[in-house]
Amino acid sequence: MNHNDIIICRCEDITLGEIREQIAQGKHTLEEIKRACRSGMGPCQGRTCAPLIVNEIAKATGKPVAQIPLPTFRPSTSPIKMASLLGGDKHD
Amino acid sequence: MIKTADVVVIGGGVIGCSTAYNLAKLGAGKVVVLEKKYLASGATGRCGAGMRMQWGTETNCLLSRESVKMLSHLPELLNVDVDIEFTQNGYLMPAYSEKMAEQFKKNLVLQNSLNIPARWVTPEESLEIVPFLNTKGMFGATYCAEDGHCNPFKVTEAYAQAAKNLNVEVYTDTEVQGIVTKNGKIISVRTNQGNIQTDTVVNAAGGYAKTVGRMVGVELPIFPERHEILVTEPVEPTMGPMVMSFYHNLYCQQSPHGSFIMGIGHPNEPESYNIKSSWQFLRDMAQRLVEILPPLAGLNVVRQWAGLYDMCPDRTPILGSSPALNRFFTAAGFSGHGFMISPITGQLMAEMIVGKPTAFPTQMFDAGRFERGELFVEPSVV
Repeated sequence: MNHNDIIICRCEDITLGEIREQIAQGKHTLEEIKRACRSGMGPCQGRTCAPLIVNEIAKATGKPVAQIPLPTFRPSTSPIKMASLLGGDKHD
Repeated sequence: MIKTADVVVIGGGVIGCSTAYNLAKLGAGKVVVLEKKYLASGATGRCGAGMRMQWGTETNCLLSRESVKMLSHLPELLNVDVDIEFTQNGYLMPAYSEKMAEQFKKNLVLQNSLNIPARWVTPEESLEIVPFLNTKGMFGATYCAEDGHCNPFKVTEAYAQAAKNLNVEVYTDTEVQGIVTKNGKIISVRTNQGNIQTDTVVNAAGGYAKTVGRMVGVELPIFPERHEILVTEPVEPTMGPMVMSFYHNLYCQQSPHGSFIMGIGHPNEPESYNIKSSWQFLRDMAQRLVEILPPLAGLNVVRQWAGLYDMCPDRTPILGSSPALNRFFTAAGFSGHGFMISPITGQLMAEMIVGKPTAFPTQMFDAGRFERGELFVEPSVV
């Protein structure tokens, strides 16, 4: 099996091969890789792919996993409908 | 780290990278870009990713018109293999009062005189462009089909790659801590990774431009202001243009990826470096959005974030050298529209720095305009 075809970010359909390509281009943080290929930008916000990508960065750079910084965690915790955000002002 | 350079550019956003590339192209010698975090980590990577030519001042119209021309074939222009997602689906800007409609029509005369193909559309015609637009209270709108979208990360990446191909050194994770001057001349730039000797510095630090100015005693009238933004789940292409309403102080565009990117301006936002997200924004954004684009209430919000506008009092950037310090150049104060004018801005900056005639007059961008009282206030900003 060709490992490069494994989907690493299932929200945005990013493969291991694409992640390795970004790392090879010198992008050694989750923040940079995310902006280059959208990994971690989907509905799960990187909950699945972040640890996998961290491992890849650690393997490629020789740095311990603990030294690979995590990206900024942004709201919301889970996807929320616009319609749900509308009300609440008047205890409705 | 390199020890000497001909030009040091402070800021690895799209303006810094575009300026560095153009400097190298014009043969400015050794050019270095210093970035505190990673490329496009500041205002560039946090912006709404829109590109429009519908402005209210001649300067902004010219800057954006020339930039759209360059963005339309940027990878070929820079000879790099980066897809910048250049998309021309237009900007629709509704007017909600007689006064607003009048101002928009004035803007149209100016835009058309500069060959920008914007036009007035009635509420009925607006519905042909965005069928689910709520036209209640609308006097009409202006529409320019050649406005659109580009990916800010990719445009920055394209410029950075092109710059590196011309031997520009790009240092990320490198924070400028001071600039050493002597007898009115720049001697060196001090960073957390070492010092670089240079006599020329470009301040492209966005929201931090004022801080960088103060390192050499130059007081710039630029201040940072937080603006918030969110992105939804991706859906099928349903809305072509960016809808931008100054009445609602809102903009909203569907990206080529399918997600909707939207933001609102807050009239009482204080000057600060705060880039935290707020829950109030989600509510305000949703409330205002469904007023004008009701069906979008059904979309899921995936993520929200914030960034800094580098605000200038007249909402026009400061481009050029400082009267107070020789060879200290500023390219900042973009007031929320730096990304879309970055291609021509980098070119103009490079031309000024190497002392070539500029593509068009740059006197109106001079920092001295505030003292002279020659302001060109841009009326069309969210």
